[in-house]
Amino acid sequence: MSDLTHLTIAEAEAGMDKGDFTSVELTKAHLAAMAKHKDLNAYITETPDQALAMAERSDKRRAGKQAGWLEGIPLAIKDLFCTEGVQTTAGSHILEGFKPPYESTVTANLWKQGAVMLGKVNLDEFAMGSSNMTSYYGAVKNPWKRQSDAKDLVPGGSSGGSAAAVAACIAMGATGTDTGGSIRQPAAFCGIVGIKPTYGRCSRFGIVAFASSLDQAGPMARTVKDAAIMLKAMAGHDPKDSTSTPGPTPDFTKAVGQSIKGLRVGVPKEYRPEGLSSEIVAAWDQGLAWLKEAGAEMVEVSLPHTKYALATYYIVAPAEASSNLARYDGVRFGLRVPGQSLDDMYMKTRAQGFGKEVKRRILIGTYVLSAGYYDAYYAKAQKLRTLIASDFKQAFTKADLLLTPTAPTPAFAIGENLDDPITMYLNDVFTIPTSLAGLPGLSLPAGLSADGLPLGLQLIGRPFDEETLFKAAAVMEQAAQFKRWEAR
Amino acid sequence: MAYLLEGETGPWEIVVGLEVHAQVVSNAKLFSGAATAFGAEPNSQVSFVDAAFPGMLPVINEMCVEQAVRTGLGLKAKINLESVFARKNYFYADLPQGYQISQYEKPLVGEGQVIVDLPDGRSTVVGIERLHVEQDAGKSMHDQHPTKSCIDLNRSGVALMEIVSKPDIRSPDEAGAYLRKLRSILRYLGTCDGNMEEGSMRADVNVSVRKSGEDYRTRCEIKNVNSVRFVMQSIEVEARRQIEVYESGGSVDQETRLFDPGKGETRSMRSKEHAHDYRYFPDPDLLPLKLKPDFVAAIKDSLPELPDEKKDRFVRDYGLSPYDAGVLVVDRASADFFESVAKGRDSKLAANWVMGDFFGALNSTGKTIETSPVSAQNLGDLIDLIGDGTLSGRLAKDVFALMVETGKSPAALVEEKGLKQVTDTGAIEAVIDQVMAANADKVAEYRSGKDKLFGFFVGQVMKASGGKANPGMVNDLLKSKLAG
Repeated sequence: MSDLTHLTIAEAEAGMDKGDFTSVELTKAHLAAMAKHKDLNAYITETPDQALAMAERSDKRRAGKQAGWLEGIPLAIKDLFCTEGVQTTAGSHILEGFKPPYESTVTANLWKQGAVMLGKVNLDEFAMGSSNMTSYYGAVKNPWKRQSDAKDLVPGGSSGGSAAAVAACIAMGATGTDTGGSIRQPAAFCGIVGIKPTYGRCSRFGIVAFASSLDQAGPMARTVKDAAIMLKAMAGHDPKDSTSTPGPTPDFTKAVGQSIKGLRVGVPKEYRPEGLSSEIVAAWDQGLAWLKEAGAEMVEVSLPHTKYALATYYIVAPAEASSNLARYDGVRFGLRVPGQSLDDMYMKTRAQGFGKEVKRRILIGTYVLSAGYYDAYYAKAQKLRTLIASDFKQAFTKADLLLTPTAPTPAFAIGENLDDPITMYLNDVFTIPTSLAGLPGLSLPAGLSADGLPLGLQLIGRPFDEETLFKAAAVMEQAAQFKRWEAR
Repeated sequence: MAYLLEGETGPWEIVVGLEVHAQVVSNAKLFSGAATAFGAEPNSQVSFVDAAFPGMLPVINEMCVEQAVRTGLGLKAKINLESVFARKNYFYADLPQGYQISQYEKPLVGEGQVIVDLPDGRSTVVGIERLHVEQDAGKSMHDQHPTKSCIDLNRSGVALMEIVSKPDIRSPDEAGAYLRKLRSILRYLGTCDGNMEEGSMRADVNVSVRKSGEDYRTRCEIKNVNSVRFVMQSIEVEARRQIEVYESGGSVDQETRLFDPGKGETRSMRSKEHAHDYRYFPDPDLLPLKLKPDFVAAIKDSLPELPDEKKDRFVRDYGLSPYDAGVLVVDRASADFFESVAKGRDSKLAANWVMGDFFGALNSTGKTIETSPVSAQNLGDLIDLIGDGTLSGRLAKDVFALMVETGKSPAALVEEKGLKQVTDTGAIEAVIDQVMAANADKVAEYRSGKDKLFGFFVGQVMKASGGKANPGMVNDLLKSKLAG
């Protein structure tokens, strides 16, 4: 039964519909695989009892012909989504032991479509990081290894646990969240598909906030179609989130398999900086060739403010984070370290509760918002954000979607890049502009590096045009024939 | 007369601006569905949003926006069709989010004005700088436990309107009159109950002093003053303090201060080193608040008649003096009460009764118009009984006293107590005859030219009739009888 874990979501649905196996069997296979892959440290909290109970109920619903879109599919949930009665840590010591008395809208939507929760997966603390190294609950290992050495590699971040779990087949799919690349970069590092939908597509209600104007939930899965099925279930207007967009959610799965003849694919010239690794350039060119073969046209576009994106992001995101994280004060939930006075309790709780990267960003954010610096930093960053968004708008007058690399490098080894936060921040250079503009971005595996590691390409679309991304991604997936099982 | 404080170096003018925090009348909080009732069990009206649990998001309560717009329109102010909520960041145990959602650069309401009637009969205009909507914090209680503080989050997230005046106020009296007028307008509009004791209206008082003709000098802000009287007292106390500082060669620091009514002084609340940097920035959880012109127009159409308009109408339609009209319109209940009493009757007589005996009775019995034993209907009937001659003015006062005591209708009381005025000519003549017979000497004196004795006879007749004789008839009949 072990190969049940190697099925795609679509295949598993077909198998259960035919009666080849049940959700309980599928779930048990995953729980067994999870036990075998504990060394990856992908899960912070496993919920086997809950998983089996959900699977049993799912099998009954299927028997009663009431199957949802994800009926009986075992999923991993990033530990940033609040799950009722199940510990939700955000990868931080400060929330250790916190069991929310409520469910996030996105996970509730998944359960409504019949999905089964295997557990809560690891992430960078408060989703701040690109390597999963900042988690209080330890680093996650990438299931992939270089051919040249045996070093453990990072899965990327912040949704590193999600990406590793999906790549290692200890979950059929996982939820992720993306603020500056946290779905797309780990998807690229682990050789899977991940999409950050348009800002406003998925409700943020019940997701521990990092940077509210950027945070967006999205699916991570092994195929484009699986990602489309999951996003269809996760998305939708939510009156509990004022920034969630009203209107119906399209059936993204219908886009998978459609022709891309005549589609104009934009190539931003600013995304080809000098020194970009030749492997990445080669993968990119290959991706373009596949799209061309399928009838798409290439156009060069310009995103002139790209060089300001990283700086803009590292002002806006920490500014919002510094305020969003003020609520972790030891007063009402989570960690409290007693003190001599209120201020003393605050200082001790936050000093012990937050890790180094979180503290760094709170300090940066507090600084850029403080009196006398606001205009020089935050106000200017907001203006740049507008310019970056209008760059894209301009580009989309010439192109229907853009193709870029997802990350400038393949996965690096655990411990690398840690001493210099700027190098780490540079990992998100291709994903951050999209986040600032609120646009949908999808990463899919395009091939392997010379050293045998997955390389990801990113498709960027117009606001609320995820369908075009799924359409093009499915074509590329078909051409790439990416051998996802090469991960151990 | 300008209000000036005399110092050693001569007279000083004071400059005051008020920031009034008025709790919005609404069933639910500004960004959550939790209830807002006053006096509930601590922490019984708190949602996960109010307690700032992870992943919770604010959603604007349309009712609160409507109330704030209504208030803005009542203050003749500009309504901004686009406004922005901003976060004001600071740490405190009763501020669960670690920030207050308020409005900073783009408030919901812009400039407006309040016409203020002063005790000396003058009127002045106090400008409104802005009105914005914000969340209230919770309540810290430091006296419940020897080493711990207790926090009640019932108030956390309740909608407040911060109404900021221009520095147009020049005396404690003006400040008091402004606050009362503002409260009156808010109550008319039904947007704030104005109960300062329950904390639903509080004021931050900005005070500075200057020599005549100077620009503004540095101001101090007295925080959280919770009664009209204290606002007035604190202004004078703070102004005198500042004058003393200047006159002894010092300078006033811009700071926040606390008024201690017991000691009659203001004290510095925090030093500059501890001054907050609130790091305001637009709240990314909320989109800019955009109002449709129709929404504002519909609220405008539904506005009640406000005190100023009502006052003008009372002067115009009822012939009342501006002062009387001003007193009657202070609250809507009094104005409505007066109007029902005055309807179809002598309006000046009605005003006199309402403002004199009726308000007096409410005062002495501690009742309100809502709980008054005398209804407008009954007071109107009483006035009718005077008009048709059934009761004399004096008898009417007696009947009114009984109405206050028993709550009965005047007709019933007249019947019951036999207080009906005597209008029977024969009966009055009999009493006159009796009085004249008993005072034959005075009759003679009168007839010999001592006209002034007429009043004596009227008094005697009224007395003999137990006050029930119709005074007009007594006059006429007495005159002709005495004339012989």
